[in-house]
Amino acid sequence: MSFLTLQDVSKLYGNTRAVSAMNLSVEKGEFVSLLGPSGCGKTTTLQMVAGFESVTSGTITLAGRDITHAKANTRGLGIVFQSYALFPHMTVADNVSFGLEMRKMPKAERRDRVARALSLVHLEPHAPRYPRELSGGQRQRVALARALVIEPPVLLLDEPLSNLDAKLREEMQFELRQIQRKVGTTTVMVTHDQSEAMSVSDRVVVMQAGVVTQVDEPMRLYEHPRTRFISTFVGKANLLEARVSEVGARIRVALGARQFDVAVDDAADFAVGDTALFSVRPEKLQIVARGAGRIDAQVQERFFLGSQWLYRLASDAGEWTVLSANDGRDALKIGQTAALDWPDHCARLLPAETAEKVAA
Amino acid sequence: MSSTSKPAVPWLLAGPGLLLFATLLLVPLLLTAVLSFNVYDTTTGVQAGQYTLEHYVHVFTDDYYLGIFWRTFWISLLVTVICVAIGAPEAYVLSRMRNPWRSILLLIVLAPLLVSVVVRAFGWSMLLGPEGLVNGALRFIGIGPVKMLYTEIAVVVALVHVMLPFMVIPVWTSLQKLDPGVENAALSLNASPLTTLRRVVLPQVMPGVLSGSLIVFGLSASSFAIPGLLGGRRLKMVATIVYDEYLHELNWPLGATVALVLLVANMIVMLSFNRVVEGRYKKSLG
Repeated sequence: MSFLTLQDVSKLYGNTRAVSAMNLSVEKGEFVSLLGPSGCGKTTTLQMVAGFESVTSGTITLAGRDITHAKANTRGLGIVFQSYALFPHMTVADNVSFGLEMRKMPKAERRDRVARALSLVHLEPHAPRYPRELSGGQRQRVALARALVIEPPVLLLDEPLSNLDAKLREEMQFELRQIQRKVGTTTVMVTHDQSEAMSVSDRVVVMQAGVVTQVDEPMRLYEHPRTRFISTFVGKANLLEARVSEVGARIRVALGARQFDVAVDDAADFAVGDTALFSVRPEKLQIVARGAGRIDAQVQERFFLGSQWLYRLASDAGEWTVLSANDGRDALKIGQTAALDWPDHCARLLPAETAEKVAA
Repeated sequence: MSSTSKPAVPWLLAGPGLLLFATLLLVPLLLTAVLSFNVYDTTTGVQAGQYTLEHYVHVFTDDYYLGIFWRTFWISLLVTVICVAIGAPEAYVLSRMRNPWRSILLLIVLAPLLVSVVVRAFGWSMLLGPEGLVNGALRFIGIGPVKMLYTEIAVVVALVHVMLPFMVIPVWTSLQKLDPGVENAALSLNASPLTTLRRVVLPQVMPGVLSGSLIVFGLSASSFAIPGLLGGRRLKMVATIVYDEYLHELNWPLGATVALVLLVANMIVMLSFNRVVEGRYKKSLG
């Protein structure tokens, strides 16, 4: 049995289903992210685990104990809030110490634990300061120290990095993961940022409209998105409508006048004559000389992103977005015609109806 | 156009307000101050141009006046304490309510402000009188008629009623600034709801409670209509004695002296209160 499990957990607000029949198992020490657009039910799920929202139906168990209806202040979970929710009238040390004080820990031991927690997040010199004297990144680390100092069985992170600027966010992602590895706390994080979810998590749970649509390791999620929504929400994707022309030892699709081999998760999803979505990630496309690739295309627009060029190309089969490393070669010019190539296994086929199924 | 190149602009903008402030507050205050030093003769009245400290000596040595100052002080303090005890929880409960109840109940709290203090004072005198509703209820449960009207009880009850909105509003405002996450944060750290309230919510709304207390204390100490109508002829507070000196005794300099002593005493109480208590929260809550 997993450490933290959600079984058929649903949350209804009146007649609206915020979360429907959610199942999730988190192993001890694992870092799991709930990823989805706003309003997909990820925060509601976290709030139910934390005990701030009641569960309409289903059960939540933690280390074998049913906590579905336990009071929030008896669950003992560590929570980092989006706003950090530090106590503004207490110093950093008092903030971190609060949870230990509530557990009636002797003063000397409390001081040791607070010092250790603050050194974990590199904030020892700031112990006597007040939260409003700290920067956003420092507040965030105080919140993390306050949640970790009680040595919670599970750490819940509610969009912990969303209030930080881009550069700091990236630094904190790595630091967060490093700290989590060091203390080994089982962690559930809610985020709407796919790169954040992928860079720090062991597994990513994609949610959409209150339903879990895919649970996978980051790499697998990226390379094998189940639905059209996931393929565009997690990274970018070229999605072109194609007709399935061959199903057997290999699967081929017709894209305009051309035929391409594609990879699929389950061949049984497709039959000859079906309309499906042909999908290739922009960075998997290589630009080669005109006539030398699989399909010729003309550059419509180009954007310089520093380490990469982003091109939009038009072909007779549709539009393509290509990300190409800024590796010292000359960039393509607008109006220039080139050819696109890609490794066979990088072209994937998604059933066309999954998009509708999820939306419904 | 930059504002630094036109140093006159801020003065011009503040001008109308300053003028109003000066003519309606500073000038009368100055005149009152001068008046309080004027010699008063019972037969010929105020002697312009002749100055004395006699009125101040009189106020500070006569037990009658000292008693009235003391009564004003403790009544104001009691009203402030009761307003904190009722108003702060009331604001908290209100802030936890959902609309439309919140708006409706907030309106009920503020509604007394829409009714004239005089009307409300008469209302209380009807309720608290010997044949009033309250004594009727007391008689019903077997407690003999209690004299409330024209005693401190009536004054305190009516003042609390009048002053409550001035406590609820600042507390409500500081509750609005409270991050809703902090209560959950405290709960998640194993704090009971009561501990959360005491250790996390209360300290953060203290600035609101303090400014509410200052307003309530200041207004109570200088209140006139309520003690005038519900205190009767014998139960005097400072503002009513000022009125008496001016209009019954016609001893304007003595009235001015009492008024100024009240002003200064009020300022001393409020400023020292502010220094002692609010200073504690300045560092953490800015």
